[in-house]
Amino acid sequence: MKSVAGGADTRKARWEREVLEPTLKKSPERKGPFTTISGRPIERLYTAEDTEAIDYDRDVANPGEFPYTRGIHPTGYRGKLWTMRQFAGFGTPEETNQRYKDLIAAGGTGLSVAFDLPTLMGRDPDHPLSLGEVGKCGVSIVSLKDMERLFDGIPLDDPKITTSMTINSPASMIFAMYLVVAEQHGADWTKISGTIQNDILKEFIAQKEYIFPPRQSMRLITDIFAFCSKEVPKWNTISVSGYHIREAGSTSLQELAFTLRDGLEYVQYGVDAGLDVDDFVPRLSFFFNSHSDFFEEIAKYRAARKLWAEAMKNRFGAKNPRSWQLRFHTQTAGVSLTAQQPYNNVVRTALQALAAVLGGTNSLHTNSLDEALALPTKETATIALRTQQIIAHESGVTNVVDPLGGSYFIERLTREMEEGTLKYWETIDRMGGMVEAIERGYPQQEVAEASYQFQQAVERGEKTIVGVNDFVQTDEKPIEILYIDDTTANRQLERLEDLKRTRDNDAVRRTLGALKDGARGAANTMPLLLDCVRAYATVGEMCDALREVWGEYEEVPVI
Amino acid sequence: MSQKIRVVIAKPGLDGHDRGAKVIARALRDAGMEVIYTGLRQTPEMIVAATLQEDADVIGLSILSGAHMHICPRVMELLKEKGLDDVQVVIGGIIPDIDIPKLNAIGIRGIFIPGTPMQQIIDFITANARARV
Repeated sequence: MKSVAGGADTRKARWEREVLEPTLKKSPERKGPFTTISGRPIERLYTAEDTEAIDYDRDVANPGEFPYTRGIHPTGYRGKLWTMRQFAGFGTPEETNQRYKDLIAAGGTGLSVAFDLPTLMGRDPDHPLSLGEVGKCGVSIVSLKDMERLFDGIPLDDPKITTSMTINSPASMIFAMYLVVAEQHGADWTKISGTIQNDILKEFIAQKEYIFPPRQSMRLITDIFAFCSKEVPKWNTISVSGYHIREAGSTSLQELAFTLRDGLEYVQYGVDAGLDVDDFVPRLSFFFNSHSDFFEEIAKYRAARKLWAEAMKNRFGAKNPRSWQLRFHTQTAGVSLTAQQPYNNVVRTALQALAAVLGGTNSLHTNSLDEALALPTKETATIALRTQQIIAHESGVTNVVDPLGGSYFIERLTREMEEGTLKYWETIDRMGGMVEAIERGYPQQEVAEASYQFQQAVERGEKTIVGVNDFVQTDEKPIEILYIDDTTANRQLERLEDLKRTRDNDAVRRTLGALKDGARGAANTMPLLLDCVRAYATVGEMCDALREVWGEYEEVPVI
Repeated sequence: MSQKIRVVIAKPGLDGHDRGAKVIARALRDAGMEVIYTGLRQTPEMIVAATLQEDADVIGLSILSGAHMHICPRVMELLKEKGLDDVQVVIGGIIPDIDIPKLNAIGIRGIFIPGTPMQQIIDFITANARARV
């Protein structure tokens, strides 16, 4: 890309010869390696020569203009700050409900539900695999009754506080519960907004909370797209997630490439199901990680917007600018937090949050300092939220749109992220698409390899983790953590028994039967699930009904 | 004649976060051990059955979900039932300080929290695995 044609002496080459070389002779650089946390080599200096191939109008453009590299809003954060959406959930629905009320009182502007593993895996608390897991990593939601408790006193028709739900395999079941609770609150489905994660592809790639095989899982998702485009038009039907891919050990580039390619797969499946691109793509949103390498992350977000806009316009022929505009939530990197010297995690999180903001995130979660040890306490969750408020209201970075735009380094890095992504897309396209690539274990293998390489770099001391492999402290005092005992499990078990005694079990059988029939055929599963939910069928029962028809997915583990 | 140490790496419970399990499986293999990775969602019964079948000397459990105080005692109980008392059980994951003495008390001494160097785990296993006869 650099034009050094005919051996002409560029400015940078002259500088290297006349200024740099004598300096290096006198005082050599540190040992390095000078690479990002993802292993990408970084040069010591970037100049105008590194961005010669970039055309401002075509590749960067002003904010609010295609391809949106500098942002989707012309006013950036001067118009509206990002949504401060803290992911939270533990124990019983009542305990989590209280935490939400605390977060709103502390100035949080969105809710984000963390479910426990039995809920995420479509198992009731009385299933043998639920042993010891109920209410531990999130809130336990068994039936509509729990959803009613979770949102008690929280108005679901308030456009100022929207809710995001991190649920994937049983996304349609939980979404159906939310819709029924919204109805009970008197909210109009055509007016409510919120998000379900509903991204099964990254579950197969990274987080592994899958239930059904890939193709049946994709059908549940296109059913939601179709249902929402008519019934709940403002709902964000999917949050295509790179977060978990990154946490599983991918590089920054792999996170970007696989996540956007997952997005393309969903769009393709929607189109194949007969939907018009501009009817459902504007409701797709994204979710990225913000890891510790500051500039690489910022370049990632900028490249993401450009890649998506161009793919929607050129690959799918989308005409509505809202289909081109990539909106995303960011969470700071949980995996970067250390159990050692946990207060250092506040600093890590602040830097990662700043990168997300400089990259133009639309919504942000900041992790708490104790998350390598346990779920956060009320106090640590508050510090995490305050971190965002300090960036928003004290640092001054929100005064200007895309402050790093035009930086030789950032623009060059953005271009490199884009080119690397296009290469990954070519490979995946050749395999026939992301579903096929996953079935071959391709992205899984790429992530496992990157994760091992990083660990090796840490072991060799090439990558420093403060307090872990350097600057170690031996006289640490333990901090107080949130400890979840078995009270929740016992309570939820009692409630499940009680539910099965008091509900209309004929209605449950009837609606579950209709769900199975629908799943065998081509009916949209959403209305059938709404009937099951209204009859107080449990998450486990609804998932079991579909397991019976579709079977379960089992992966071949890749080390 | 020395024989390779045989290690079963298992992910019990419902959690799918397998980054740690996979990295340690590969590190132990690179350190010369024979590693059997069970994959996800293993019950204690499945793990002990795999240990018996594979004639393993060590079980490495990766648990991040908080279910360790249910899973570990059950694994230890089943090992005793099958006469596999000499199999060394180690855990890696998110284990609160207050649970460590309780795990020590049921015979689990190798407890590795986030940030533990791989070499430390390799050394512990090498020093503590039962002698192969």
